[in-house]
Amino acid sequence: MTAPILQAEDLTRHYEIKAGFGKHAVVRALNGASFELTPGRTLAVVGESGCGKSTLARVVTMIEPPSGGAMRIGGNPIGAEGASRDRALRAMVQIVFQDPYGSLNPRQTIGQTLMEPLKLNRPEVSSAEREQRARDMLGMVGLRPEHFDRYPHMFSGGQRQRVAVARALMLDPKILVLDEPVSALDLSIQSQILNLLVDLQERLELAYLFISHDLSVVRHFADEVMVMYLGRPVEQGPKEDVFTNPRHPYTRALLSATPMADPRRKRNRIKLEGELPSPMSVPEGCPFNPRCWKATEACRKNFPDISGNTHRYACFHPVEPGEDGHPGAG
Amino acid sequence: MSDATSDTTAYRPPAPPGPLRDFWNSFRENRGAVIGLFVFALFLFIAIFAPLLAPYSPSEQFREHLLQPPAWSEGGNWRFPLGTDPLGRDMLSRLLHGARYSFFIGVVVVGVASFFGVTIGVIAGFAPRWLDTLIMRVMDIVLSFPSLLMALVLVAILGPSLINAMIAIAIVLQPHFVRLTRAAVMSERTKDYVTAARVAGAGRLRIMFRTVLPNCLAPIIVQAALSFSTAVLDAAALGFLGMGAQPPTPEWGTMLAEAREFILRAWWVVTFPGLCILITVLAINLMGDGLRDALDPKLKRS
Repeated sequence: MTAPILQAEDLTRHYEIKAGFGKHAVVRALNGASFELTPGRTLAVVGESGCGKSTLARVVTMIEPPSGGAMRIGGNPIGAEGASRDRALRAMVQIVFQDPYGSLNPRQTIGQTLMEPLKLNRPEVSSAEREQRARDMLGMVGLRPEHFDRYPHMFSGGQRQRVAVARALMLDPKILVLDEPVSALDLSIQSQILNLLVDLQERLELAYLFISHDLSVVRHFADEVMVMYLGRPVEQGPKEDVFTNPRHPYTRALLSATPMADPRRKRNRIKLEGELPSPMSVPEGCPFNPRCWKATEACRKNFPDISGNTHRYACFHPVEPGEDGHPGAG
Repeated sequence: MSDATSDTTAYRPPAPPGPLRDFWNSFRENRGAVIGLFVFALFLFIAIFAPLLAPYSPSEQFREHLLQPPAWSEGGNWRFPLGTDPLGRDMLSRLLHGARYSFFIGVVVVGVASFFGVTIGVIAGFAPRWLDTLIMRVMDIVLSFPSLLMALVLVAILGPSLINAMIAIAIVLQPHFVRLTRAAVMSERTKDYVTAARVAGAGRLRIMFRTVLPNCLAPIIVQAALSFSTAVLDAAALGFLGMGAQPPTPEWGTMLAEAREFILRAWWVVTFPGLCILITVLAINLMGDGLRDALDPKLKRS
């Protein structure tokens, strides 16, 4: 295996918000995420809405500085502050957003959108060469040359997402953060975009950080999976291990909720009790304990550290292989 | 709106409707706006070519033709189609030249007010909270005065002249631009394309004025058009109160003020400047409403 291009250790992002009358509350949107990204491979991050997936994306893309933890890209450490200043480093991580309708500037033609990153980061590239590169990139993502001079409102969602991918690739990044890149698209378009991404990954040796809540897409797309709950990774490991042998009760519940196309197969669906707690008042101990059917006194008091070699999980009472859900399952 | 065009035509795709064409199509739907546009175009034409169109100089006096009525009424003379004023100056020439002043006032006032207003608005939209609050409270204070009163006070301080009146009106109008720009910027700046520009390496200034501002222009253009008429009207009001253009400038408001004492004896000296102001302001407002319909998608009729 090649050396990792990005190493994140204990990444944390807290937000301070006003809770009225001068009181401050701290939202722990991201709490202690450690992972590695390797060229040519995909790490998928899954979890419910509000679990910190998008915060992770913003921190990795250096849109926001982390509140704690360390990140190294290609061996260069990214500090808590000075990060965003280093242009060369910044150009190595690019992002594709979820909503292709909001992520393209409506006043810029596709060509201008594609050339902007080059203009800003590589002023030494002549304008003719810049245009040539943008046109080449258009072909690479499966768009036609005449699309160069058009405006975003003339495109469908899928085509726009291709433009967004093309823009992200203009600076030859090593890492692409994909923040739910297909969840706003039609099912048929989704697979086209996913295939494009797989294709590009093979050709350009990109490392993907793929954020999604769609487990069937993740199953198809990822090499490694990280499951998050309330800002904390609760289980991470190779895709096969996590999908066939989930150890954390939350992962298990999440997997059991994936819709299946086979009506005859017996569904062992685990229904979780209660709501996702507010990220402002994360329960003490293991954040999952109020909803977990295996919770004990220990879970309410202490947070289980994430442990394991390749397949890591944070649980005092991991689900044993072959164990059948919780008592209420069925 | 034209998603299909890119797929159906393989060889020679027809030029997709550009933003301008699109704008014209929706603008054309509003008949009042089109009429307003034509009247405004006429106004602009007169303002530019006034010296060629006017039969006499606006300050030339004809001593033997004082207060002569318009040509079609009793005692009129086709030498002076709209009559003459108390000093024997040709009304038509003065009104044509007056268009120049009104247009000049409108352009300068709207230009100054929108330039500063938009700049301050963009800064407020991106500023940290304390600076934003400071700017907006100052703007609220300016807005809390009745606009004409505020302009009057400013002119009283600066001294009555056309330039000072324009400065005063610009200051009075500018908070509207600040508010509007700030609101548009705030809703626009959280969008993903702004973040994308940041990831692409765009600096703060570039994001403010190159990425975000062009997407906020629609309401600002509408506000500029409507402010144009307010500027013309306020300048006329200040002129009428003796605080704007000074006689013998053929400014419409000043002309009204000069003719005030003859209102019962010679109806034409007050009616025509008043009509000019009315028609100009009405036309610009109609045009501004049409602009809003065409540019602001939130108000667009479906």
